[in-house]
Amino acid sequence: MGYSLDFGWLAGAAGVIARGAAMTLLLIVVTTIAGTFLSILGAAGRRSGPKPLKVAIGVYVEVMRNTPFLVQLFFIFFGLPSLGIRLDPILAAMLAMTLNMAAYTIEIVGAGLDAVPRGQTEAALALGLRPRQVFVKIVLPQALKVIYPALTSQIVIMMLESAVVSQIAVRELTYEADMLQARTFRAFETYFVVTMVYLGLSMGLRRLLVAGGRRALGAGVS
Amino acid sequence: MIEFTFWDIVRNLLLAARWTVLLSLAAFVGGALVGLIVLFFRIAKNKWAKRIASGYIALFQGTPLLMQLFLMFFGLPMLGLRIDPWMAAVLGLTFFASAYLAEIWRSGVDALPKGQWDAGASLGLHYLQELRLIILPQAFAITRAPTVGFLVQLIKSTALTSIIGFEELVRTSNAINNATFEPFKVYGMVALIFFALCFPLTQYARRLERAAAR
Repeated sequence: MGYSLDFGWLAGAAGVIARGAAMTLLLIVVTTIAGTFLSILGAAGRRSGPKPLKVAIGVYVEVMRNTPFLVQLFFIFFGLPSLGIRLDPILAAMLAMTLNMAAYTIEIVGAGLDAVPRGQTEAALALGLRPRQVFVKIVLPQALKVIYPALTSQIVIMMLESAVVSQIAVRELTYEADMLQARTFRAFETYFVVTMVYLGLSMGLRRLLVAGGRRALGAGVS
Repeated sequence: MIEFTFWDIVRNLLLAARWTVLLSLAAFVGGALVGLIVLFFRIAKNKWAKRIASGYIALFQGTPLLMQLFLMFFGLPMLGLRIDPWMAAVLGLTFFASAYLAEIWRSGVDALPKGQWDAGASLGLHYLQELRLIILPQAFAITRAPTVGFLVQLIKSTALTSIIGFEELVRTSNAINNATFEPFKVYGMVALIFFALCFPLTQYARRLERAAAR
C-alpha cells in the first residue's frame, strides 16, 4: 500500500479545531439549559395540565422520539421558512436540538416527579406552602436528584448528535473537519483527530456534569 | 424543471424507504453478530479481554455516529478495500450497533443471580455450554425491551448515511426537495414514514417493558 498517514497539517489546524469545539460546546450548553427548562414545564404539564395540553405533550414526545434528528433539523431549517419563519443556522440548530432533547427529558423528568413520594407534597401543603412553592422547592429538587444520571447521559448523547448540524452549515466541530479535509486532502486523519476530540469532549462533559451535580445536588449523585 | 405531483413524491419516498428498511435490518443482524463477540469479551474472566471490550464500547458510545461513518468511508479505501456508500453504511452501523447491543446484553447477564452460573457448573457444564444453555437465553429474554428500543434508534440513525452518499430516504428527499422546493411537504412526509416505521416498535418495546415489570 502506498498510503501513509500524515499529521503534518495538524499544527496549523489546531486553532480551527478549537473554534469548532467551542461552538459545539456553546450549542450543548444552550440546549441543556433550554431543554431542561422546557422538559420541566412539559413534565409538569403532562401531569397536572388540562386534558388537551396533556394530549399535545404526549403527541409531541412520540413524534420527536420516533423521527430522526436530521429530519427534524431539515424540517426546521428548510421547512419553516415556507411558513415565513426564517432562522439563521445557529438558531435553527439550537431550536432543533432543544426540541429534540426535551422530548427525551420530558419522560426522564416525569419519571423523577413520579418517584417523589406523595407524602412530600402533602406535608408541604400542610405547612402552608402554595402549590407552586411545593413544586419548585420540595418536589422538583428531589426529582432532579433521582434523574440526574439519566439527564447527564442524555446531554452527552445530544452533544454527539449535534455533529449533524454541520449539514446546515453551523460552524461547529464537524463542519470545521469537513472544511479541513477539503483543504488538506487528508480525510481519514482529519476525521480521526476530530473523532478523538469528540471522545475527549464527551468524557470531559460527563465528568464535569457528575462533579457539578455532586456539588449542586449533594452527595449520592453518581 | 421536472414536475412532481404529490403522488410522485410519495411514490419516490416510499421506494427509497425500502433502502432504509434494508439497511436497518442488515445493520441490526450484523450488529447482533459482532455484538455477541464483543459480549463474550466483555463478560470473559480474562481482565484484558474485558478491558478491550469496555474500551471498544466506550469508543463507539463516546463519539458521534457521523464521525464513525466518515472514518469507515475514508478509512477503508486506505486498507485497499474498494468501498461504496452502501458498504460503508452497513459496516459503520454494524460496529455502532454492536457496541450498544453488547452493552445492553451485558446488563442482562449481570442481572442474573450468580446461582445460575453455579447451578450450571454443578451440572457439569463447561463455560460455553453454561453461556449457551443457561446464561444467554435468560439474558436475552430480560433485555428484549431495550433491544427493541435500540432497533428504533438504529432505524433513525440510518438517516445519517445520507451524508456519506447512501441513497436512502433522507438523501432521496433532499433530491426531491431540490427539484420541487417544497421542503415543508417533503420533510414532513419523510418524518411521517420514519414515524410509521418506528412507532409500532416503540409501542412493542413499551409493552415488553410493562410485561417485564409485572
